[in-house]
Amino acid sequence: MMVFGVTCACLPSAIPLPPCLGIVPLFGANPFTDPIGLIHYLIVGAVLFTAGVACMALKRNALGILMGIELVLNGANINFVAFSSPYLRAEGTPTLGLDGQVVALFVILLAAAEAAVALAITLNFYNNHATVDVDRADDLKG
Amino acid sequence: MDLESLLPTLLGLAWLLPLASFVIILFAGPRLGDHGKGAAGVATAAIVGSFVLSLVAFVSWVAEHPVRAVAHGDHGEAHASADPAHGATGHAPAEEHGHGETGHAAAPPHSSGDWYTLYEGGRLKLSIGWYIDALTVLMFVMITFIATCIHVYASGYMHDELHDITDHEVHLSDGGHLHRPGRFHRFFQALSLFCFSMLGIVIAGNLAMVFIFWELVGICSWFLIGFYYERKSASNAANKAFIVNRIGDFGMLIGLMALWGALGTLHFADSTGADGHVRQGLFSQVRPPDTGHFQRVPDGLVKFSAADRVAAVLKEHADDPRAGVEKVEAKVEDWRDEGYGRWLLLIAGLGIFCGCVGKSAQFPLFVWLPDAMEGPTPVSALVHSATMVAAGVYLVGRFYPVLTPDALLVIAYVGAITLFISATIALVANDIKRVLAYSTVSQLGYMMLALGVGGWLAGLFHLVTHAFFKSLLFLCSGSVIHACHTNDMRKMGGLAKVMPWTSGTMLVGCLAIIGAGVPFLDIGLSGYYSKDSILAQALLFSRENPSHSILFYAVAGGAMLTAFYMFRLWFMTFAGEPRDHHVHEHAHESPPVMVYPLVALAILAVVSGWTLPGGFGIANMLEQARPAGTGETELGRFLFSGLVVPAEHESHAHDIHVTASLVAFATAATGVLLAAAMYVWRVISPAAVAAAVKPVYTFLANRWYFDEIYRFLFVLPVLGFSRLVSGVDKGLIDRFIEGLAWGAKQVAGFDAWIDRTLIDGLVNGTANATWNAGYELKKVQTGQLRQYVMFIALGTVAIFVLAGLLFRSSIAG
Repeated sequence: MMVFGVTCACLPSAIPLPPCLGIVPLFGANPFTDPIGLIHYLIVGAVLFTAGVACMALKRNALGILMGIELVLNGANINFVAFSSPYLRAEGTPTLGLDGQVVALFVILLAAAEAAVALAITLNFYNNHATVDVDRADDLKG
Repeated sequence: MDLESLLPTLLGLAWLLPLASFVIILFAGPRLGDHGKGAAGVATAAIVGSFVLSLVAFVSWVAEHPVRAVAHGDHGEAHASADPAHGATGHAPAEEHGHGETGHAAAPPHSSGDWYTLYEGGRLKLSIGWYIDALTVLMFVMITFIATCIHVYASGYMHDELHDITDHEVHLSDGGHLHRPGRFHRFFQALSLFCFSMLGIVIAGNLAMVFIFWELVGICSWFLIGFYYERKSASNAANKAFIVNRIGDFGMLIGLMALWGALGTLHFADSTGADGHVRQGLFSQVRPPDTGHFQRVPDGLVKFSAADRVAAVLKEHADDPRAGVEKVEAKVEDWRDEGYGRWLLLIAGLGIFCGCVGKSAQFPLFVWLPDAMEGPTPVSALVHSATMVAAGVYLVGRFYPVLTPDALLVIAYVGAITLFISATIALVANDIKRVLAYSTVSQLGYMMLALGVGGWLAGLFHLVTHAFFKSLLFLCSGSVIHACHTNDMRKMGGLAKVMPWTSGTMLVGCLAIIGAGVPFLDIGLSGYYSKDSILAQALLFSRENPSHSILFYAVAGGAMLTAFYMFRLWFMTFAGEPRDHHVHEHAHESPPVMVYPLVALAILAVVSGWTLPGGFGIANMLEQARPAGTGETELGRFLFSGLVVPAEHESHAHDIHVTASLVAFATAATGVLLAAAMYVWRVISPAAVAAAVKPVYTFLANRWYFDEIYRFLFVLPVLGFSRLVSGVDKGLIDRFIEGLAWGAKQVAGFDAWIDRTLIDGLVNGTANATWNAGYELKKVQTGQLRQYVMFIALGTVAIFVLAGLLFRSSIAG
């Protein structure tokens, strides 16, 4: 969520912002003109995340949803890696260091495990329902 | 083992055996043999054991104190039978002392002591102990022998109780009869407890113990009279017996309290306390050895009734208490002469006698005994004729040294009234057991009268012989009832042919009770001797006190009435033609187990009064136990100053003895002839006689209206008062409590309303609200994954937007 928030805050200043977003400072920078820095990585991460969420929300195919999840996780991963890099930050600014990369590795590991479990569930679901349409997977509704 | 320690052991064991039997039957009753049949065996074995032990005690007593004839001319000779050796064995010395004025200056040979001390403090002591003299030994043998006979007899008589019984005398509300399991073992259980209690009275070494066992025999009597307790009449009779006895026991308690409070002891004999201090017993306090056992008011009673003067003396010497006490001791003699304590002694004696009036069914408390015949016949024979009712006479005999001449006169009159009233009622009774019951009351009256006129020996002698022939008579009547299934003599008749053993033994019993004998040869059945000695003593008494000669007429008239009603009974039952053929056809001789005891008792009814040529006999043995100082002529010195209670041995004087014998013979013969004339020869028609004196007949047939009078005087007022009390209870107290309950109920109803509407509503409302919320919320859970993702995404956006709006400054910060 932090990433999402930062993403919102990184919109180009040329594009008029709604008043409500004017509260978030854009650090006085323009991504289109500035050299590649932290902000650009964050924008890539945000785009990935958003694409992932959209994918999850819109796809009816369970495998598509799994892919969306991968996108979301990897969007976050990019943020972690970007925050841990000393090259992308100004001199003297604290970074996440190795911690960010370790967390990214954890997330990859987690994504792999999650994918294994999710695929097993999907397979089972297919065996029972002869489909992978998540809209028809509403057996657990209240 | 010398006699001193042997006797308490033997008799103590004989006393406790029935208790053991009682305990065994109590805990193992129904499991003893088939339907509890073994209970009879256990109880009989126990009582036979007691009898054997008593017999051993009897033999060792006789070996130690040979029973010899008494030479009447010499006062001291009364105790000649006592063996001089027993002085060394610790018995009270019984060698004859002074002659003439001082009389028997020695206590009778006895053994006394305590087994167990219940309480000891100061000069007061309560204990379980023994007082054994010739009377005790004799009573033990008599009681255990009769009890043995009756146990054997009852094991046949109570045979029906071995199985389930349909009691035809109990009508249930549905019109049927009561059907109940047999109670064979219960009968023998109560019988064993009774034997234990009765022997306890006899062996008791002090009045407290007597009282304990006195009450125990009372409760046993209650158990046994109420044996068929489903019958209203039986349970009523049991309650009546118990309540009437309580009235007498109240008097006894007064007597006990007077003695206990003033003398601090209830022991008969002297006893040694734990501190080695000798406590004087009742006997030596009332008749101190140093005055030649002459009766006097004990110091304790004098000081007790002169309490205010004692206090005054002590106050005078308040500075020196020791001198004060000495002064009191010195003045006791003066106070005694002034008459202090006489009333108390009289009250103590009459109080104890009150208990005896209840237990021995004397006027005015005799009404319970005839009703007590509701119990099974063996019970009537053992408890209500031979032993328990004799306990009162026994106690008067035991307590005799303490009774003043005034008390004795009261006793004599009570006995005379009793014997006359009950004999007249017996004349017209038709129930065979009731005739015997009234006869028992009458004979008990004889004994009391004998004791009252100074015939200590005569009374107790009659007690022993009467026990034998009256238990015989009751067992015979039981045999008849067993055969005829009715108590009504008007349905009997002619049974002598079908029941030869019963009729023969009963004839012996009848002859014994009327005192049949040959006057000049001096040979007769047991009753002859005992009744003659009573008559002789009464004759002597009325000669000494002409104003009281009515006592002699009562005895003589009573003898005639006895002869009449006993032979009326015998003739109606056994002689002549059968009145009811239905009854007669079913009649049969009883089984041997019931006949053997009859024969054994019949033999004793004949011989128990005899004195063998060597002098051995019950009378002479009883003489050994005569309380010290009671063989003398006593003069009334208090209420009846002219009263002379003559010495008993004077009644053996030739002219008195012969006159008494002749009177006895003549009255008895008249009675028998009259009965024969009415019921055998039919010269006189009983119905015509009854019609001729109809008011008298009705009066007697209604038993002098005693039950009605008591009902009117005591029962109805008590019932009325109870009704009043119960009215107060029901009308006032119950109303009040019901009101309280009603109030509480209203409050509770209000509480319940609050609970149901308010509290329950709150709880249920909460539950419903929760339920509805859940029901509505579950619709959100659609199961659509994509929707969830949308919610998450949009929710996150919404949260950020809200956070941005609300916390603008902090985030901007």
